[in-house]
Amino acid sequence: MASSKVRTSSFSRKVPAAPTSSIPGLKYGPNGTIFLSSGIPDLDKILGGGFHLGSLVMIIEDTEAPHHMLLLRTFMSQGLIHNQPVLYASPSKNPRAFLGTLPATLVSKDDKSIKSDAEQKDLRIAWQYKKYLGENKPPIEERDGKVEYCNDFDLRKPIEKHLIAGNRVECVSLLDCSSLTGIRDSCSKFLSQLPRYDGNITSAGRIAIQSFCAPQCEYYDKEWDMLSFIRSIKSMVRSSNAVAFLTFPASLLSQSVSKRWQHLADTLLSIKAIPDEDKELATLLTGYQDMLGLLSIHKVARFNTQVPVILDATTYSMKLQKRRSLVLECLNQAPVDGASGCSSSSKNTGTLDF
Amino acid sequence: MNRPASLLDNALNLESTQKGRVVLVEDCVETSGAFVLHHLIKRFLSSPNLSSSDSIVLFVAFAQPFSHYDRVLRKMGCNLAAQRETKRLLFFDMLMLECPDDGVEGGLIALYGNIQKAVEVNSSNKNITLMIDDISLLEVAANGSTKDVLNFMHYCHTLTTQFGCTIITVLHEDIYSSGDGFTFPLQMEYLADITIKTEPLITGLAADVHGQLTILNKGMIDGFGSSKGKIHNFHYKIKENNVDYFYPGSRS
Repeated sequence: MASSKVRTSSFSRKVPAAPTSSIPGLKYGPNGTIFLSSGIPDLDKILGGGFHLGSLVMIIEDTEAPHHMLLLRTFMSQGLIHNQPVLYASPSKNPRAFLGTLPATLVSKDDKSIKSDAEQKDLRIAWQYKKYLGENKPPIEERDGKVEYCNDFDLRKPIEKHLIAGNRVECVSLLDCSSLTGIRDSCSKFLSQLPRYDGNITSAGRIAIQSFCAPQCEYYDKEWDMLSFIRSIKSMVRSSNAVAFLTFPASLLSQSVSKRWQHLADTLLSIKAIPDEDKELATLLTGYQDMLGLLSIHKVARFNTQVPVILDATTYSMKLQKRRSLVLECLNQAPVDGASGCSSSSKNTGTLDF
Repeated sequence: MNRPASLLDNALNLESTQKGRVVLVEDCVETSGAFVLHHLIKRFLSSPNLSSSDSIVLFVAFAQPFSHYDRVLRKMGCNLAAQRETKRLLFFDMLMLECPDDGVEGGLIALYGNIQKAVEVNSSNKNITLMIDDISLLEVAANGSTKDVLNFMHYCHTLTTQFGCTIITVLHEDIYSSGDGFTFPLQMEYLADITIKTEPLITGLAADVHGQLTILNKGMIDGFGSSKGKIHNFHYKIKENNVDYFYPGSRS
């Protein structure tokens, strides 16, 4: 493993902040890890900085709604904006067409920054300390305002064509591959073309795989092949500077296989859509009308440490701000069943007692 | 830095003269059991009360690269890289191990051959510990052939009687809990002398209590020489350099 050879002594001091500003889109985290942005500022904050470089991120899809595509789109767009190579695999006939639906960055910048400042003061008092987690951020943002660690995206506007044309974007259709070796080869080829880690990272890559176990793929019933594919992707990514982002519908897998997949994930999220007319839920949650869905965080990557990340809430609501940019908010009242272990009912209004 | 023995150490009672035991760590998605493994590596490699100069750890890693374990253990005060240099830690990096489709000759049998060779070379008057992280990934590497994995584990088990080797493995228990008639975890539990199970609290994850441990020690010998199973149950909180163990409700 290349990285283990280089870092034989992990206690050598980190060069503080100097290399951070030179690499757009990457940020140093604790324990010698490096973060890469998910494309959603709120999710980055929740995860403590973003996705770990070298991690496998898995999203459990909702069976009825395509909300996981929002995460996938912002993840890929963020990569293109940082000029990072992207590999996209999906079970559609023409995966390249999907690139046209990627969102562009939000332009009205002054408006946004004022607003978000005000918002932080008013609504997120309890979250104030989160600001300090991102202390490395301001210098990057200030540099001619172009290379931000994490951008806000306007989901209504498609990304500029030159960003797609000017970057290395590979598209693979999962339908073309009768066995998984083809996809594995294109992934390993993609990763081998990334610059290796040699003490100073210059660039990072992103692999996005959509609906991996979709039934229209030929390998659909070969559960052990899929497992060993995920395992090998995981180890390949771990030794290179890339993040693999994989969404899958868990309901199509048997329960034990799905658990295996979840064990393989470094970071595990799940998405749940909110039904339109659930009156019971509407009375329980404030701001129910604006919610798109619920995002649950099951597991946060634990690299070079044994301490688990305990979040103050595991379920967040996904909302569209001004029908454009995706924001995550703490639930203002926990759902009754509480099965997800949500303990975010700190702002209990007291109208209901459980 | 001589801490009093923790609840976990007392429950495991590994100091007793008995050799050749099998320890099984069962965990689930919510609470990883890796910290027990880290604790045991450290204990075998740099415990002052054990005559540590003649204990050797064979680590078969399917889950994480060496750099991860190295950094975790370094924070606990144990330098794995140095231990590897002095050949007290033999690290098998199995992250990329793939068994060929037609059989397991290239994979598991070769791996067992390496383990056996290493054990035989070091068998003279030394405590050997074999750690496998983790069995569920070994199954994936063997393309789901549970039979081969069980055979592999039985072969490893012979080392316990032959050379007095201690075997420590991790098994993701929730994979098999869906009731599809899995016998694999039962077989593993049968082999094990000590079963350590990590679970989240029923109320979910908390910042102060990271989960609870249930330890079943089948090989515990009481004062009258008869052996009986004993169950220990306590909570834990994981820190960078240490883990706090405490009985439920005993922390204010």
